[in-house]
Amino acid sequence: MLDKFGIAKRIAKELQDGYYVNLGIGIPTLVANYVPNNIEVILQSENGLLGIGPFPYADEVDADLINAGKQTVTTTHGSSFFDSAMSFGMIRSGRVDLTVLGAMEVAENGDIANWKIPGKMVKGMGGAMDLVASAKNIIVAMQHVNKAGESKLLKRCSLPITGLGCVKKVVTELGVFDIVPEGFKLIERAPAVSVDYIKEKTEGNLILEGDIPEMILD
Amino acid sequence: MLKKIVANAFEATQDIQDNAVIMLGGFGLCGIPENSITALVKMGVKNLTCISNNAGVDDFGIGLLLKTRQVKKMISSYVGENAEFERQLLSGELEVELIPQGTLATRCMATGYGMPAIFTPAGVGTEVAIGKESREFDGKTYLLEHAFKSDFAIVKAWKGDAHGNLIFRATSRNFNPLMAMAGKITIAEVEELYEAGELNPDEIHTPGIYVNRIFKGSNYEKRIEQVTTRLKA
Repeated sequence: MLDKFGIAKRIAKELQDGYYVNLGIGIPTLVANYVPNNIEVILQSENGLLGIGPFPYADEVDADLINAGKQTVTTTHGSSFFDSAMSFGMIRSGRVDLTVLGAMEVAENGDIANWKIPGKMVKGMGGAMDLVASAKNIIVAMQHVNKAGESKLLKRCSLPITGLGCVKKVVTELGVFDIVPEGFKLIERAPAVSVDYIKEKTEGNLILEGDIPEMILD
Repeated sequence: MLKKIVANAFEATQDIQDNAVIMLGGFGLCGIPENSITALVKMGVKNLTCISNNAGVDDFGIGLLLKTRQVKKMISSYVGENAEFERQLLSGELEVELIPQGTLATRCMATGYGMPAIFTPAGVGTEVAIGKESREFDGKTYLLEHAFKSDFAIVKAWKGDAHGNLIFRATSRNFNPLMAMAGKITIAEVEELYEAGELNPDEIHTPGIYVNRIFKGSNYEKRIEQVTTRLKA
């Protein structure tokens, strides 16, 4: 089973040289720590920064320079700043190659819910609805089950939808799943996790073809 | 002679009345018009409709206006950082319209560009789409979203001049130039105020034609929500 760092590490293997990538808040942000050294990836922050650098040293902290999670960051070689309309312009017009975001639920048809629990939690969608409506490739990073132990990989989302049929891949602590027309296709198992265990924890249609390899992280 | 410079936030905001619709620039607490928010709190104007990406935190930014119950309605994309906001929302004391962040930005832009509406794919198939006109282009569905109407836009810039030209710094730019273009009356507070001619025209982000009032702010706190650092090797 993976911890959140393992999930981030596995997603980092999806990055390709020259990719422009938007990383959501939470586990997705951690992906930045595992970008392979031999490729160049440019991170987009929807509050108006292309080319997110590492966190600043204590004496470099700048209140005017934050990421979409409101964390202090730095610029890096070739960074640029822009306003919020242009930021979503580059997202909407398909310039961002990959979006990684968290979710409360994903359905077997690629629907995603991650912005609201009616009557309980109302934080808002932020940029998520714009991202999922336009991004070419969307990977969801999340825990496989919720706090009550219920599967978050569902036949249909029960929470208010963020976007329809948009998720391409899901990475959880248990495995990697491609969304195909028939449902969640198990591509890799997390270390020491059995197919039966994944089956038990997945409510949506799980597709198993041949031997499912265990993932290799390093 | 252009007479855009005013003395301070109180002079800039003095004609904002109860029930006004106000746009406030900023992303989280980054690039928010701190001086003007303080002035609105002290003036005590009520029943405001605020259009702003976030709602501040409990004791800073728009959170200050929420605490004093001066806000009737918030139009935002993300409000997760403010417990008082969530309380007022869930209890029904505060009216809230949550809209996708890109839609929020582009509806401001449309106003400033003199366009009545935009089409965006954000929110298709979600509750954001309820009651909205939609249209298909090249096989994909888009929602019609209207340009914003507001009485005032209040923005924060790094540098400004007597003509109202503005330059923003780093990610404190965010919604500020878009809202500056979208106010019926636009108020800009700046850290550094210059004479006309002192700023390089090539570096201006917001041309002065969009700005009606400008003043040099003071005592900026620039609070940071999440100070994240790395250790020196």
